[in-house]
Formats: sequence, structure tokens, C-alpha cells
Amino acid sequence: MCDAAGADSLCAMIDVVGLTKRYGAHAAVSDVSFRCEAGTVTGFLGPNGAGKSTTMRMVCGLTVPSAGTSTVVGVPYLALPNPGREVGVLLDASAQHAGRTGREILTLSAMVLGVGRDRVDDMLEQVGLSGKAATRRVGDYSLGMRQRLGIAQALLGDPQVLILDEPANGLDPEGIAWMRGLLRGFADRGGAVLLSSHLLNEVEAVADRLVVIAGGRIVADGTKADLLRGAGTRVRATDHDALRRAVADAGLTSETVDGDAELVATDDAEVVGRMARDAGLVLLELRPADGAGLEHLFLSLTSGVAEGSAAAA
Amino acid sequence: MSTPRTDPVPPTPAGPTATQATAPRGGHAAPALRRLVLVELRKTADTRSGRWLLISAVAIALVVAVARCLSGDASERTFQGAFELTLFPLALLLPVMGVLLVTAEWTQRTSLTTFALVPHRGRIVAAKLGAGVLLGVAAFVLSLASAAIGNVVGSIAGGADGSWSMSGDLLYQSLVGQLLGVLIGVGFGLVFVTSALAIVMYFALPTVFSIIRELISGIRDAMEWIDMNVAFEPLFEGTATGDDWGKVVVAATIWVGIPVAVGTWRVLRREVK
Repeated sequence: MCDAAGADSLCAMIDVVGLTKRYGAHAAVSDVSFRCEAGTVTGFLGPNGAGKSTTMRMVCGLTVPSAGTSTVVGVPYLALPNPGREVGVLLDASAQHAGRTGREILTLSAMVLGVGRDRVDDMLEQVGLSGKAATRRVGDYSLGMRQRLGIAQALLGDPQVLILDEPANGLDPEGIAWMRGLLRGFADRGGAVLLSSHLLNEVEAVADRLVVIAGGRIVADGTKADLLRGAGTRVRATDHDALRRAVADAGLTSETVDGDAELVATDDAEVVGRMARDAGLVLLELRPADGAGLEHLFLSLTSGVAEGSAAAA
Repeated sequence: MSTPRTDPVPPTPAGPTATQATAPRGGHAAPALRRLVLVELRKTADTRSGRWLLISAVAIALVVAVARCLSGDASERTFQGAFELTLFPLALLLPVMGVLLVTAEWTQRTSLTTFALVPHRGRIVAAKLGAGVLLGVAAFVLSLASAAIGNVVGSIAGGADGSWSMSGDLLYQSLVGQLLGVLIGVGFGLVFVTSALAIVMYFALPTVFSIIRELISGIRDAMEWIDMNVAFEPLFEGTATGDDWGKVVVAATIWVGIPVAVGTWRVLRREVK
């Protein structure tokens, strides 16, 4: 149990140590460790089949790990008497009885959690499902509505931690922006969010830290700035071949991206600019490789790593 | 549909602060078993299909009881006669309800939510068993009420015996029979997990045993202890004696005890996706 005294939160809200899950000879998750601190949003990224959902299920006690431990708010999930009051979980928004209404689903959860019915009304209002939508059966909901109901369910117990598996799945841009605001506000009030996705763009804007998993193993863990350190500088010139020669002559390495741009292996744009001037090149583009670099980084980290079997996803 | 507000509701006074956020807030007790049973019962009635099943059960019991009291021998158009007749359709429906109590979690995948909120799955199994028992009692009350209505209708229509006498044995034995039926359903639901398979097995397995009993005369006596249909028959007639109760206990252990035990063990260990 974490010691709550002291200004610094020395304990993580989510602490995963060496989690492993084997199905027979195949390891869907191998020695995964990371922490999520209070007040942060952690993006859990990886291609399909990388082991994100399996890891999250292990943290929530739904899958028994083959090895390793995990704690949420300092205790193992199974040790929480009423976990929904501490941890809000959304693992699959379509895992609901299609014949129940949205309001009924939240009411059932509210009964188990021990929260009042007015909280159900509050949550429905907050996610935009109050009124007619609340009395419709979930089978008639659109995908976005189901996701929002799932988020409402996760928030119902007023938890400190949110664990969300692909929560933006099926949301339109307005919905994604709304969710971003919701999660940011949640973290700013001291909560911790772990959200997984296989889409970089969704997560980029809202996450403070990124944990990248591929083939069941963690391949990167840090803030965006940390991960991009060394991501390089992107440069484009009118004469692509001359640019490549110039880079080679300057003793730098680079890689061709997007057809005619070069990703030079240095973070110093000035070096690249001077090199181009000295070679007499006309530049069309010169900037640090941020967004594009993150995607490139993600692809390089995750490509070539064997995808887990569908059963382990 | 209203546009979602971008500002989440202000935090409650008990909301997390940086220093407190590293431990459970505490003070949140686990939901009591009684509450979990209530939730399970509510789940049987809060969907369209569930409601229709319950309405059908009520309708069938009423129709059967009234029909009994309006036709046939005058001597059978009684409270007890109507009650006895309602036992049979309900004895078919109750195990199905027992199965659905459990299997709906898996076929609709609500198990993900259920076991995230209540990770100690044994409590959920206990709650489902409790809800099954209550459904059995409700069916029993339904039989009584339908029979009463039927008897009244029969008396008004004329030509019926209209007697209100009821065998005490029949009352408590039929209750035991109905409860066993529901619990077998729950057990089969726990073992076979999908609704269709569990229901088919519920009807097929005892039939297989009965066929074996018919074919192999040598084990016929032993089969009276093992074959569920034979062992439970006296309960629905209110004629069970000492020896019969022994057979009931053995058959119940086999058909309720073993499936519930095996099924619970499976549920506890199963991965929930």
C-alpha cells in the first residue's frame, strides 16, 4: 500500500511489473513493465495483436497472468473490495446486452457500485446520452453512442484511475475532441488515465507519456519529447539527388521518406541548413521531424516484430 | 441528442488531490450478496427477451390452470388439479431460465463488465444461484395463484368440483422439484456456457439416460437413483416417501451438485474477454 504522506506521489496509480501471459508455447505478453503517475494520461500504443488488450485485462483481474504483478492505486486489483469506485474500466464498448437500454445498463452498474441513481442521470448528461437516447436499447445505438455509454460507465463510480481500451474507436472528430477534453480534465484533477490505441493521432494530442508495445514487449516508454530525441530533421530540396550527395559529403546519415524528403539523423536543423547552403541547394522544407517523426518512429519500432496470434489480442 | 459538454462535472469533495491520489480512498465496501442477487433478478427482466419469457410463463400458467378448470372430469377441476397441471410447463421453463441466468453473461459478453466490477467471481455465481432459487419460489407462487384463479373461474362457469383442498405433501415437494429444476439449469449454464448448448444438453442428457435405462434391464434399479426424470417424478405428484427422498438426494447431487461445482470452477479460472 502506498504511503500517502509527502508532496510527491512516489507511488504510481498504475504499476505494472514484469507481466507475462503465455498461451501454450506462445507468449502474447512478455515481461511488460510500466508506471502511470497521478495527473498524467499515458498512451498505450501498439499495432493490432501486440498485447495491449491482454495486458489491460491482466491489470483488471480478468486474465490471470503467467508471471508478474500489477497494482492499481497501490494494491492489486483483486484486493479492491469495490474496484469500480477506484478504477473505471472500459475494455469493450460493444460488450453489452443489446436488449437493455442505456439507462438500465448504467443503473445496474450503479446498484453494484453503490452509487445513487442521480449519478446515473449526471453521467448520461455528461456524455450526451440523456433524453431519448437513454431509453433506447443499446442494440440501436451507433458505435459512437456505445463508446460514450462505456465511458459513462467507467466514470460512474467517480474513480481515480481510468483504464480505457481503444476508447476513441468509432468516435467522429467531434467525439474525439470531446473525449480528449474529458480525459485531460480528469488527469488535471489528479487522476491517472491509461488509454490504448493502435492509432497514433488519437493518442498524440492527449497523452503525456507514451508506452509502445509490439509483439508482446515494450519497445519504447517515455514522453513524446524523450521518444523523439534523435528523431531527426526533415529536409526537402528542389534537387533530391544533390541533397543526398550533400548529406553524404557532410558525413551525416539520412533516409528517404515520402518520395523526395530526407530524414537526416541529427536534431540540429541549423547544421542541415548550413550544409544545404554550402552545397548551393534550394530548400523547400526544413523542420524537426515531430509529427511525421513520431509516426516514423512508431512504424520502425513496431514493424518487423511478429504480430501476436488473434487469440491473444 | 444534446451536444456533449466539453467541461466535465466539477470534482466531488472526495476527489483526488496530488498527495492523496496514491492510495485507495477506502470506505467503499464490496456490494452485499443480497444486492448482487437483486441485480441478477433485475437482469432477467430488464431486456425485451427476458420480459417476454417471464410474461409467457405467467400466461401459460394461467391458461393451463383455467383450461383445467373448464374442461375434463369434474373431479379434476379443482384447486389441486389446476395446480398440478401448471407444474409441467413451468418445470420446462424454469431450467431454461436458470440456464439463461448464467449464459446471457457470455453470449452477450456482459461478463466483461460484471467481472470488472465484481472480480471475485464466486460471489457472482452465488448471486445467480440465489436469484435462481427466488425465481423457483416465484414460479411456485405463480402456480398457486393461477390455480386459485382457475378454480374460481371453474366454479363460476359451473360443472366443476371446485374443491379448495390441497395436499400439504404436494405443496412442499413440488417446490423442491421446481427449485431443483432451476438449479440444474444454472449448473448446466455454468458448465456449457452458451445458451443454445446448455439448453440442448439439459433436454438431451436426461433423455439419453432414460433411453439407456430402457434398453439395459440389468441396471434399471440403479438408474432409478441416477435418472433425473425418474427420481424427481414423485415430487411433482406429492407422493415421495423415505426411499424416494434418497433417490432425490442422489440424483440432485449428480445433476445439480456436479454441474454447479464443475461450472463454478470453470468460471473462476476462465479468461474473460
